[in-house]
Amino acid sequence: MSTAAGSASSGRRAVARFFARHRRLRLGVTLSGPLLWLLVAYIGALAALLVTSLYHDETDATGLITRTVTDPALDNYRTILDTRVYRDVAVRTIGAAAAVTLIDLAIALPIAFFMAKIATTRIRRQLVIAVTMPLWAGYLVKGYAWRAILNPESGMIKKAFGVTPGYGVWGSIITLSYLWLPYMVIPIFSGLERLPNSLLEASTDLGGKAARTFRSVVLPLLVPSIVAGSIFTFSLTLGDFYVNRIFGGTTQFIGNNIYSNFGANLPLAAAYATVPILIMIGYLIAARATGALEEL
Amino acid sequence: MRKRNSIASMAMVLALVAAACGGDDDDGGGDALKEIGDGEGAVSILAWPYYAEDGTQDPNYDWVSKFETDTGCQASVKYFLTSDEAFTLFGGGDYDVVSASGDSSLRSVAAGDAAPINTELIDHYADLAPFLKEQAWNTVDGTVYGIPHGWGANVLQYNTEEVTPAPDSWGAVFDPESPYAGKIAAFDSPIYIADAAVYLMATEPDLGITNPYALDQEQFDAAIALLKEQNAILAEYWSDYVAYEDNYRAGSTVMGTSWQVVVNTLQADEPPTPVDSVLPKEGSTAWSDNWMVHSAAKNPNCAYKWINYITSPTVQAEVATTFGEAPANLKSCDDIGDHCDAYHADDQAYYNQLHYWTTPTKECLDGRTDVDCKDYAAWVAAWTEVKG
Repeated sequence: MSTAAGSASSGRRAVARFFARHRRLRLGVTLSGPLLWLLVAYIGALAALLVTSLYHDETDATGLITRTVTDPALDNYRTILDTRVYRDVAVRTIGAAAAVTLIDLAIALPIAFFMAKIATTRIRRQLVIAVTMPLWAGYLVKGYAWRAILNPESGMIKKAFGVTPGYGVWGSIITLSYLWLPYMVIPIFSGLERLPNSLLEASTDLGGKAARTFRSVVLPLLVPSIVAGSIFTFSLTLGDFYVNRIFGGTTQFIGNNIYSNFGANLPLAAAYATVPILIMIGYLIAARATGALEEL
Repeated sequence: MRKRNSIASMAMVLALVAAACGGDDDDGGGDALKEIGDGEGAVSILAWPYYAEDGTQDPNYDWVSKFETDTGCQASVKYFLTSDEAFTLFGGGDYDVVSASGDSSLRSVAAGDAAPINTELIDHYADLAPFLKEQAWNTVDGTVYGIPHGWGANVLQYNTEEVTPAPDSWGAVFDPESPYAGKIAAFDSPIYIADAAVYLMATEPDLGITNPYALDQEQFDAAIALLKEQNAILAEYWSDYVAYEDNYRAGSTVMGTSWQVVVNTLQADEPPTPVDSVLPKEGSTAWSDNWMVHSAAKNPNCAYKWINYITSPTVQAEVATTFGEAPANLKSCDDIGDHCDAYHADDQAYYNQLHYWTTPTKECLDGRTDVDCKDYAAWVAAWTEVKG
């Protein structure tokens, strides 16, 4: 009995001693679980996407069975480059993502500045909750709520102002701006919090007016935070499809197109899905140059 | 060293992916069930909206609860919005039964997703309308894969206060000079190309279209041109029927292709939304739905129990009046005779006038052999361009 317990505890000690001597191995064992998950679920899915995009579908003589031919070829990419509608949809989506980012930036800057520099601690806490609160509600609930607000006949905006952007691309842009606003406010808020008040005071002492202080002191220091926020608003818009879908309209975003090709032509959908990935890789490389990735 | 590690793990991931993707080539649907055994306690149902209501959407619409009490099979219901979605979801293998329209049923059979059905186990099979049974879209080489559920035409829905006089032609949704431009809706699926073809059958007889699902290059181009022109006068392409209903309530859409159930739902509003529907003089596209069982169904016994339940006379009467379609089970007309008359439930001549959703193939469905027709892949690609 005592020998069994003794050998078990000595076995445990041996394991502990082994890992104490091999620190790197200890780290490896600890991280292997999450890393494996990361590799399979994250990179694996991406790899499957890229591999699928090189396949192509062939319909057999009956026209009912579509077989995926796995000889790698660039046909899908050629189709996307050569077909006008795919270029148009990509340009429209990028434009919408840029518009959402600019709208969110214009709204987030003053809010974040007030939160970080003017509000009392109590109000600041309440504002942080207020800004993030919409994230507690479901995405679809908010989407359908905006349908009601923007309705071109009976919407709240139409009733209040007599005009409304209605549905379609602008409806989607406004709704997406609302959905992603917290992702822009929070990075800018934390960037401003880190900005020492003494810099603002120094600028004022040197005769700088508010606009000049903002342009020459605040904005340059804030660029990394803005870029960090824009990565969220830009990439989330590029990937969205449901808002555009329920806002009806008669045009599609990249996501809608991928969705409708998903059942009909999976390799083509996979190839088109690389477009937002490439755009975001370019965006991230540009963002790295500003040092914004350290803000994430 | 680090670099080699990452290459090795990448290779491992790719091997895993390849293993997961491979070995997916089963063709046969397996054998039909010999007898219905004890229920598995659950069944997952993939259906068109309103086909499997459990009272959560509207307390008046509930026939799933009784099924659960009767059979002990807990039903989990997933609604799909287009036949493409049905085909993709059913292929995923998570569902036991599906209410398939003709534009997905044969594809599911060809893909090996559908199991042959033993019609001897279907209690009410003898009572189903004869012209629905063992037809091209539910039976392949003499093997039955689908049990008829109900059928009906896609209708032209309009706001009775805004749209005067009431339309009687699909021209109302294709007229580029329409006074209702900007408030018109079309259905968001490649199969809607057939709706344009139905209109062209009547208005452009020179094109020689006899079957809206068998379009050669010239006929196809004409239909696509019509749809591209239509894009300019549309408010939306709809596939989300809840959002579509809301647009009529709000008045942002006043006219468009629709399902009778959408009209019924809006008319049942309090106060009623002023809409009505018409079967236009050109005829219409239509659906004829069938219940199919998955070849790898986890709950085959409950799946058969569901089909037996949903095709029984009382439930058929309930579904048919809710959805606004002709029931497959003619015995249900004992209860809802007026409804059956209005929807021509046992009128084969009427049935044959409509153009049921089916999958377009390269080999022309109308029997022409001197030309190639556009297959469904071409329809999908063209639909992307129509929407722009």
